Amino acid sequence: MSSLFTRRIISGVRQDVAALVRSRQQQIISRRASHALAVHRNTPENNPSIHFEFTPENQEIAKSIIAKYPAQYKKGAVMPLLDLGQRQLGFTSISVMNYVANLLNMPPMRVYEVATFYTMYNRTPMGKYHLQVCTTTPCQLCNSDSIMHAITKHLGIQPGETTNDKLFTISEVECLGACVNAPMIAINDDFYEDLTADGVVQILKSLQSGVVPKPGPESGRDTCEPFSGRKTLLSEKPYSGPDITRPDL
Amino acid sequence: MYHFSRSSAARCVAQLSPLSKTLRTPAAATARRMNSTRVYGGLKDQDRIFQNLYESYGKDLKSAERMGDWYKTKEILLKGDDWIINEIKASGLRGRGGAGFPSGLKWSFMNPPGWEKNEGPRYLVVNADEGEPGTCKDREIIRKDPHKLVEGCLVAGRAMNATAGYIYIRFVPFFTNFNLFSCQCIDYFSRGEFYNEAKVLQTAINEAYAAGYLGKDACGSGYSFDLYIHRGMGAYVCGEETSLIESIEGKAGKPRLKPPFPAGVGLFGRPTTVTNVETVAVSPTICRRGGSWFASFGRERNQGTKLFCISGHVNEPCTVEEEMSISLKELLEKHCGGVRGGWDNLLGVIPGGASVPVLPKSICETVLMDFDALRDVQSGLGTAAVIVMDRSTDIVRAIQRFAHFYKHESCGQCTPCREGTTWLNKIMNRFNNGQGTEREIDMLIELTKEIEGHTICALGDAAAWPIQGLVRHFRPEIVKKFEQFDQKVGGVSIGGWAPSSTVADGLVKGVGAPPSAAH
Repeated sequence: MSSLFTRRIISGVRQDVAALVRSRQQQIISRRASHALAVHRNTPENNPSIHFEFTPENQEIAKSIIAKYPAQYKKGAVMPLLDLGQRQLGFTSISVMNYVANLLNMPPMRVYEVATFYTMYNRTPMGKYHLQVCTTTPCQLCNSDSIMHAITKHLGIQPGETTNDKLFTISEVECLGACVNAPMIAINDDFYEDLTADGVVQILKSLQSGVVPKPGPESGRDTCEPFSGRKTLLSEKPYSGPDITRPDL
Repeated sequence: MYHFSRSSAARCVAQLSPLSKTLRTPAAATARRMNSTRVYGGLKDQDRIFQNLYESYGKDLKSAERMGDWYKTKEILLKGDDWIINEIKASGLRGRGGAGFPSGLKWSFMNPPGWEKNEGPRYLVVNADEGEPGTCKDREIIRKDPHKLVEGCLVAGRAMNATAGYIYIRFVPFFTNFNLFSCQCIDYFSRGEFYNEAKVLQTAINEAYAAGYLGKDACGSGYSFDLYIHRGMGAYVCGEETSLIESIEGKAGKPRLKPPFPAGVGLFGRPTTVTNVETVAVSPTICRRGGSWFASFGRERNQGTKLFCISGHVNEPCTVEEEMSISLKELLEKHCGGVRGGWDNLLGVIPGGASVPVLPKSICETVLMDFDALRDVQSGLGTAAVIVMDRSTDIVRAIQRFAHFYKHESCGQCTPCREGTTWLNKIMNRFNNGQGTEREIDMLIELTKEIEGHTICALGDAAAWPIQGLVRHFRPEIVKKFEQFDQKVGGVSIGGWAPSSTVADGLVKGVGAPPSAAH
């Protein structure tokens, strides 16, 4: 699990920084997305001098997001706006944070606090497909180890790292809330459930060939019913309002 | 993300002290009730609230209306706040998020005498930040029965005299609050074939607005109510009500001290009530069919129907709506095809998600699935997320994974939790390897007692309980690991140090080295 001790494994995109830091004989804690350190260090692809701005489309969306919150509390929109920025750029860079701070008239530090607190803001560049492998107990009981092993073996990278072709980033994440369909992984926003080690490799191969496979349970069931088919809710038509509503309403 | 909506009262409900068991009279009363002959379980289809749990019908407004949603909603709203709250009280509904606080009572806190004089917005916040390991019921509600939730927000909002509602949703899928009714935006966001939960919910809200069910003069009742979605970004602690409020306000989700309670000072400084998705989603049906209908299921003080999510080592893991107080054994055998390898292959069950203690097979034989029965065996119903473990399970590792989970999810505000969960994780890591001595088990328990009850929210308690449960029922398993490791290295001392462990360059080497990161 998370080692608090030094690990000298450094993701490919940070090799240059790593070399610099190594030369100072400092110790690096590996970046494992959800365990990322709450610090920012300037890198060529993530520093405050890089300009960031919402696209006109996203500016419209941002306006409608801000409108959901009371005018004097528009900083409530900071989370969705950071997310919007992350979706536009691919990760939540320091420029995205500064831009959102400016947009909401917030001190930048308040935005940094939010961006470092929530695990789904990726503060370093990510691969095109973010593989979030759930390894919490319910998935673990259903052999998520084999899923993680299959993925790391197939891609040749460890959790927290990105493949050289910038296609995949692996994260080991905590419960994603699809435990009945364990083991599961989330690829970007889509859940792939009821996985097997072979099945997940097929998914990766399919993504590598440019085809996004259909999300959902791999086992053939539709959602959360038993594998052999539903045992309840068997009626063909729903029980409608008038039949079951009390007469005095 | 966890659903312990924890007020101090709720904490008392969830209190698990073994001492209290002998002192409390309700326990005796519960035992008496257990002797009654009625057998619970066997809910009929016509009494199931979530008819679309397996996607038999559509998710759109038309299908929802076919299932009885939005039927006579106007009449319910016109009955007024007292009527709705009394129905909920009569139904015996207890919060479905984990703590099991009586919902009617909680909702009534929003309307103290003279509440009208406090002019301004009042909020209903729906906790859809489902992240308790094992729990996946809210997801099914949101993606299949979104209109039950939307209508529930309206009814609960009316009961609390709320002016607006926020649904705090954790699911990953892409969504933002695009302009209402804008089909173009929906197309813009729909990627791939898979629908996603938030989009489904947003579509349901849009449909409700378009039909005049939400917004100004909702359902023609004269009551105005707006509903928004706010998306969480993956913080379990945001399932605690005050940290959820902080999160909507655009801050890091760190729980607030109570009092003031949210019903007094909540979201944006205004009266607020935070409730679980399931609690809200069942409320319109309760109002329509009557509190007494709902109260006819389950034992006294544990009435109603409930979504159970059964995961782990059962033949057919599934989510199912059943009567409260169904026996655990029947739940597993009837709906999940039994334990993998047969009932005798059962090792233990975690009956309510990660934060409740594990139960050994001997208790699982007879225990009923409701708040009081599980409390009496020093566990809890929690979110009714049943995690089943058969004899192939390494239970120390299973609980160690929870310790890791809580270490990861602790927000870091309170020292006992921040430092304590880290220590629990470190110690459990060692124990999982067998690196420890028997005396340390007692030290571990002492540590959990130092965390429990000494933090602002109950995340600290939740981190402590699974470990207490492990030691209570499976201490020999830990000792077995110690013995195996001891035989391998010879003479482990406190702290897991083996004779050959060394420290060099700031790193522990040899057998005493900390376990490398997973995988």
